[in-house]
Amino acid sequence: MDLKNPRLSPSAQRLPAPAVDLDAIESGASLWQDAWHRLRKNHLAVGSLWVLAFMALFCFVGPLLSPYDYFATDLEKTLLTPSRQHWFGTDDLGRDQLTRVMTGGRVSLGVGLIATAVSLLIGVVYGATAAYVGGKADAVMMRVVDVLYALPFTIFVILLMTLFERSIVLLFVVIGAVEWLTMARIVRGQVLSIKKQEFVEAAVSLGYTTRRIILRHIIPNVLGVVAVYATLTVPAVILLESFLSFLGLGVQPPMPSWGSLIKLGADNIQLYPHLLIIPAFFFSLTLFSLNFLGDGLRDALDPKSSKD
Amino acid sequence: MFKFIGRRVAQSVIVLFVIITVTFFMVRFAPGDPFSAERKMPEHIKQSLMAHYGLDQPLLVQYGRYLGNLLKGDLGPSFTGTRSVNQILAAAFPVSLELGGWALLIALGIGLPVGIVAAVFRNTLADYIPMSMAMVGICLPTFVLGPILALVFGVWLGWFNVSGWFMPLDRVLPATTIGLVYAAVIARITRGGMLEVLSQDFIRTAQAKGVPFPRIIVVHTLKGGLLPVVSFLGPALAGIISGSFVVETIFQIPGMGREFVNSAFNRDYTLVLGTVILYAALITAANLLVDVVQVVLNPRLRFEDS
Repeated sequence: MDLKNPRLSPSAQRLPAPAVDLDAIESGASLWQDAWHRLRKNHLAVGSLWVLAFMALFCFVGPLLSPYDYFATDLEKTLLTPSRQHWFGTDDLGRDQLTRVMTGGRVSLGVGLIATAVSLLIGVVYGATAAYVGGKADAVMMRVVDVLYALPFTIFVILLMTLFERSIVLLFVVIGAVEWLTMARIVRGQVLSIKKQEFVEAAVSLGYTTRRIILRHIIPNVLGVVAVYATLTVPAVILLESFLSFLGLGVQPPMPSWGSLIKLGADNIQLYPHLLIIPAFFFSLTLFSLNFLGDGLRDALDPKSSKD
Repeated sequence: MFKFIGRRVAQSVIVLFVIITVTFFMVRFAPGDPFSAERKMPEHIKQSLMAHYGLDQPLLVQYGRYLGNLLKGDLGPSFTGTRSVNQILAAAFPVSLELGGWALLIALGIGLPVGIVAAVFRNTLADYIPMSMAMVGICLPTFVLGPILALVFGVWLGWFNVSGWFMPLDRVLPATTIGLVYAAVIARITRGGMLEVLSQDFIRTAQAKGVPFPRIIVVHTLKGGLLPVVSFLGPALAGIISGSFVVETIFQIPGMGREFVNSAFNRDYTLVLGTVILYAALITAANLLVDVVQVVLNPRLRFEDS
């Protein structure tokens, strides 16, 4: 039965009620509804969504419920193993490790989301403009991206974070500067293919401004790809932030981040392995979930690109 | 072909030049100087030190002089300690190179066979199990994998030292840490590349002619199927080189990564520049090499961007 076009076969309506909601089909499912249906069938992606929902509650609501502050030291209770008072034990300054893992997650997830948003904004606007304007401007803009791509970014990021006053704003700038490049390339490719389609020609012949065409007609049509790539950027950003915090170059103490917590654990594996295992577990679980969700979203939004 | 190589070499030189210039001025415009780190020294001593190293000259003069010395292969004196930058890097570089070499060997040694087997036995357990493990490997960053390997094999099982770089066995954990992550990526890329080739017509023709299956894989599929791996080697080399920062910190290895981070903390201008230039040269050379090899293996690329 041709589900996409039930009107073509009148007999379809007389069949026993199918499992699919016919009203929804008649009104025409949008790209997003379609994608949602496909995503719901992907158990790994749905599981990841639940894990991420739990993680968000854990990190953003958890610290409010905790009786301890993440910065409150207690030098008589340093390096305790997990107990009923301190579920995850305490760190080298006697701070409650559960509270620190929750707050650290808040920092890591927060940085991940905000820096991704920043890099998305730059990447989408830059890529869309380059592709839409085309010609020499496009060539120059993309050459700039190529040169930046060739730079060893890890090295510059470390350099920036050591040399200048470390602040969370600099962290955002640095991460955003790294992550927008790929986004710009992807968006440019998409826009180039959309640009040739009739509805854009129609908008041009109606005399709309370039700005309006880019913002209202082209960007909404690349949102699917952007959404997929954004979900995959969040873990990359979290990774970069934790990498910097691990080296002592990211978020500054007493503020914890999963990277700095893992560093503390790595320094104490001989005697206090739980200081490593617990933050590493939460960190890895979040990264897995984000990656699985990203893969699931890609399959859902663009079934053709599915890997095999 | 020679035109292509010439153009890519020119491009690499430009990139290197940009990197050197950006780093030079970034280091100089950052607050602080090499002599402000520890206790305060009398102003006149600081003045004469600055004059001794030529730091009192106008910035552009310093820049010109640095480039001149660089062309002669002289990276200048280090501001901390008595050794020159050339000496420090000559001591640290072989360590990082050895670490990177082992890591690459592990990455290819595990990644390629796993990817090939997964593609050949597609959609069986020999495909699913290694590929889900590869997914896990891709998500795990080195700074999580490293401490966990050290915990399991160093502390709990006691097979290796937790840190240090003295005995041959000390190479195992750091190299595995870097290698495993890339093995996972290489396995996935290999599988994808092999499947792509296996689905093409000439493979079916070969099967129809009755060519034995192992021969199809070895003779007809491998060359094309491994192309994507070759193009991944450029980024992989760059990643392995810069991934060594974390691993050298975790396992206390006296390599370039540690020198780089320390020199940046100390505002040791010349050492910072020296390490960045060496890193950048390595990465650029790796990318260049990979591009050329790719064109040699895949003649279609030659006509693409003219």
